[in-house]
Amino acid sequence: MATTVTEPGLKRVERLERIWVEPRGVLGWLTTTDHKRIGLLYFFTTLAFFGAGGIEALLIRTQLAEPNAKVLSPETYDQLMTMHGVTMIFLFVIPMSLGAFGNYLIPLMIGARDMAFPRMNALSYWLFLASGLFMYASVFLHAAPNAGWFDYVPLALKQYDPGRNIDFYALGLIFNGISSTAAAINFIVTIFKLRAPGMSMNRMPLFCFAMLAVSLSLIFALPSLTIDLVYLELQRNLGFHFFDVAHGGDPLLWQHLFWLFGHPEVYIIILPAFGIATSIIPTFSKRKMIAFPLVALAELLVAFIGFGVWAHHMFATGLPTITLVFFAAASMMVVIPSTIQVFAWTVTVALGRPEFRAPLMFIGGFIVFFVLGGLTGIMFAAIPFDQAATDTYFVVAHFHFIIFGAAVFPILGGMYYWFPKVTGRLYHEGLAKLSFWLTFVGTALTFFPMHIIGLLGMPRRVYTYPSSLGWGAYNLSETIGAFILTAGLLLIFWNLVYSRFRGAPAGPDPFFGGTLEWATTSPPPPYNFPVIPTVRSAYPNWDAEDRRADVARLERGELVLDGGHETPASTVVDAVPDEVLEMPGESPWPLAVAVCTSLLFIMLLTRHYAVAGVFAGFALLAVAAWHSKEPQET
Amino acid sequence: MAAVPLTLPVGAWAGDNQNALHPASKQEHSISVLWWVMLVGCSIGFGVIVILLFLGWVRRNRDYLPFGGRDRAGTAIVIGLGVFVPIVILSLLFVWSDLYVIKTTEAPAANSTPMSVKVIGHDWWWEIRYPGTRAVTANEIHIPVRTRVDMLGTSADVIHSFWVPALNRKADLIPGRVNRLLLDANRPGEYRGQCAEFCGQQHAHMAMYVFADPPNVFRRWLANEARPARKPATPQAREGERLFLNLPCSGCHMIRGTSADGTIGPDLTHLATRTTLAALTLPNKPPDLTHWIEDPQRYKPGSKMPGFSLTSSQRDALVAYLDGLK
Repeated sequence: MATTVTEPGLKRVERLERIWVEPRGVLGWLTTTDHKRIGLLYFFTTLAFFGAGGIEALLIRTQLAEPNAKVLSPETYDQLMTMHGVTMIFLFVIPMSLGAFGNYLIPLMIGARDMAFPRMNALSYWLFLASGLFMYASVFLHAAPNAGWFDYVPLALKQYDPGRNIDFYALGLIFNGISSTAAAINFIVTIFKLRAPGMSMNRMPLFCFAMLAVSLSLIFALPSLTIDLVYLELQRNLGFHFFDVAHGGDPLLWQHLFWLFGHPEVYIIILPAFGIATSIIPTFSKRKMIAFPLVALAELLVAFIGFGVWAHHMFATGLPTITLVFFAAASMMVVIPSTIQVFAWTVTVALGRPEFRAPLMFIGGFIVFFVLGGLTGIMFAAIPFDQAATDTYFVVAHFHFIIFGAAVFPILGGMYYWFPKVTGRLYHEGLAKLSFWLTFVGTALTFFPMHIIGLLGMPRRVYTYPSSLGWGAYNLSETIGAFILTAGLLLIFWNLVYSRFRGAPAGPDPFFGGTLEWATTSPPPPYNFPVIPTVRSAYPNWDAEDRRADVARLERGELVLDGGHETPASTVVDAVPDEVLEMPGESPWPLAVAVCTSLLFIMLLTRHYAVAGVFAGFALLAVAAWHSKEPQET
Repeated sequence: MAAVPLTLPVGAWAGDNQNALHPASKQEHSISVLWWVMLVGCSIGFGVIVILLFLGWVRRNRDYLPFGGRDRAGTAIVIGLGVFVPIVILSLLFVWSDLYVIKTTEAPAANSTPMSVKVIGHDWWWEIRYPGTRAVTANEIHIPVRTRVDMLGTSADVIHSFWVPALNRKADLIPGRVNRLLLDANRPGEYRGQCAEFCGQQHAHMAMYVFADPPNVFRRWLANEARPARKPATPQAREGERLFLNLPCSGCHMIRGTSADGTIGPDLTHLATRTTLAALTLPNKPPDLTHWIEDPQRYKPGSKMPGFSLTSSQRDALVAYLDGLK
């Protein structure tokens, strides 16, 4: 785009560079408010947690490779099993898709210069990092949470679990929830208010619809979990009786509140994957998504209906039949938005001239696994079958095809897809295809046999099993699959590291993508776009005339906003520009708030409640300090 | 995916009797029919999607559908196969499974069964009581074959889940609640079950047997279980009884007819009639019983039973006594 820019245009670009530049080095990363750098911080952090969760999975699979193995003690197994679940859900999939992909891509896709609240964005990251380190501290203190990620009471009560293990879990997840809530609010406001002129709701990328649905789900689902965790801490440490039968409490209260969060959570995990799929499919099929409005509606609908199905996790708890039937009906209904999307993806590929490069291959794998996991999901809406198969390895197979096959495959495909945008270099296509086949075969081999041993009677969460039940061969093949899968993942990692330094230059738009992130340079400048783009369709980067007009507007100085640290805001539905927002610059205060909050949670963990109050005060002071005005460059 | 070829051998390869697809009751039979029908339906659905994806690959140089349709036909497919077909299929499945099949697997109507059995989950074993009799046992449930038995389940500590795959669905055992389940085996046999809700360190070693006996065998067994313990017959066994009552054993275990009245661990009044120890962790043979008494933590780490250092003659006496509790 910069090819035809002349003297006055270049002057404006230089001015933007000066206004938006951030300090270099470590200080720059610690104080950054640039959504792209925050996205990268999320990326590397979640990748590290993915590694930890993966090692936990491999240890679990090694212990289960043969009957009566003694690789892990039962206590260690329980801790690893719990940490594997907590890590993959709260420290990998959600922060990776929302924090890394969402942060990096949403402002670019909607033609904005940053998130709506850049400092709150930084705060979300630092709180996320701190909550992850807080929970992982437990591993090094040999007191990792050990009651499963679902943490059922009474098992998680002090009477049966007297150590700090569960306190790490409860406080860590409350801590993590603050970060997610702040991030979700930020995404909602950004998507509603910062869209480029002309990007009305019906022209918004489907990726953004998915992220909007996720963010709305999060702010309604998280309070339920937080309340549950607060009850748990109050009962464990301050003598309350929420879950205690002898004092009029009820252990099922935990399960209701947990799954009222936990099932929307499943859609929070899977929706970003839908968003990534609907980004990759049109690009490589070289055509628009078929049934675009229906797919957008389906993404929002799935998040909404997802709130009405939680009790299908509790079909064996003895709820009245009428309750079971209601929740089974809702669970059947939630299938429809998914079938709409599955057919929209496959028909779009069939109608296009698809080029099966690695990102599209991962989306192919995603569709296969999502359909497999979705179909077994339908089986769980058949109550008698659910009551037989629940809490067996059949469930483990089902939700790993959803959470790994369907949620993580698009993340892996997305890593390849947006790698050229982030680094300015191309990944190695041959290695990428090989890595696809390794992860595909590995995933199928790891999780498919679990259906069978589930029906053969193997319950979940057992640290060992007898040799007499015929489960050994299946378990061994699962373990072999897990190691093949690991090889595939390491190959992806290697490909990205290698290509970062040796990859061929990518240029701004190597795949001819339709959305706005491909309209700027790779990597994008700190201000994202020299000119705020204007939009007339859902695939604005395919509107060549409009993009040429951007260059002309740079010459004329229209919508360049080089008078300050600014981005335009627009109306919620039609995206008519209605004001110019002055954006805050880099700041140390989000990090300071996160440090104070961490100290607050450490004090709560060690039950120094008065000191905790002091740190809460410090955190509030830091919030006040961050709102102090600082001089703006002109 | 090779869904069908991989799943068919399930029945044939099963090594033991904890198989949900080897029904031994009307209830489990209806669940397994539900499964096989759903498997066929899901395989068809899966096949349609895979064929569509495959078509996308084969026809990657043609931007129209095989019959010449373009966007309008594509949208029609999305609405037809993505909305209308699933609504019809899901409605049928809902009516069949959730309104009809569920009647078979529901808890039996109160007092509609000739007998009931009470199951109380403990960390990590099952306490079994027969209401209306004095019989108390552990981990091995006997029921008369072809008789409707109402299982009343609850828990003494954390949540457990009662599941005998060949006989019926599962029922969670929750403190403060009683969940009910029908046991109605249609052929004699031993059916293995296992705790299905994570309940702590030894969740893996919390299994049980349900023995479906011919009615006369069952009645004899129940009458024996209801009686107090037999008096030890040999001097060695008498020494064993004395040891049992003086060592900490009697603080946790009950042997009806003696002063041992503990309730922490299983009732041992008729231990020798059981085929296994420690919720199916070990077979109930004198050598295994010896190992178990000496070092329970080796076989079931985290179990509430401590190991005892005994002389070999004490140990043998104890085992002789327990082995005589027929």
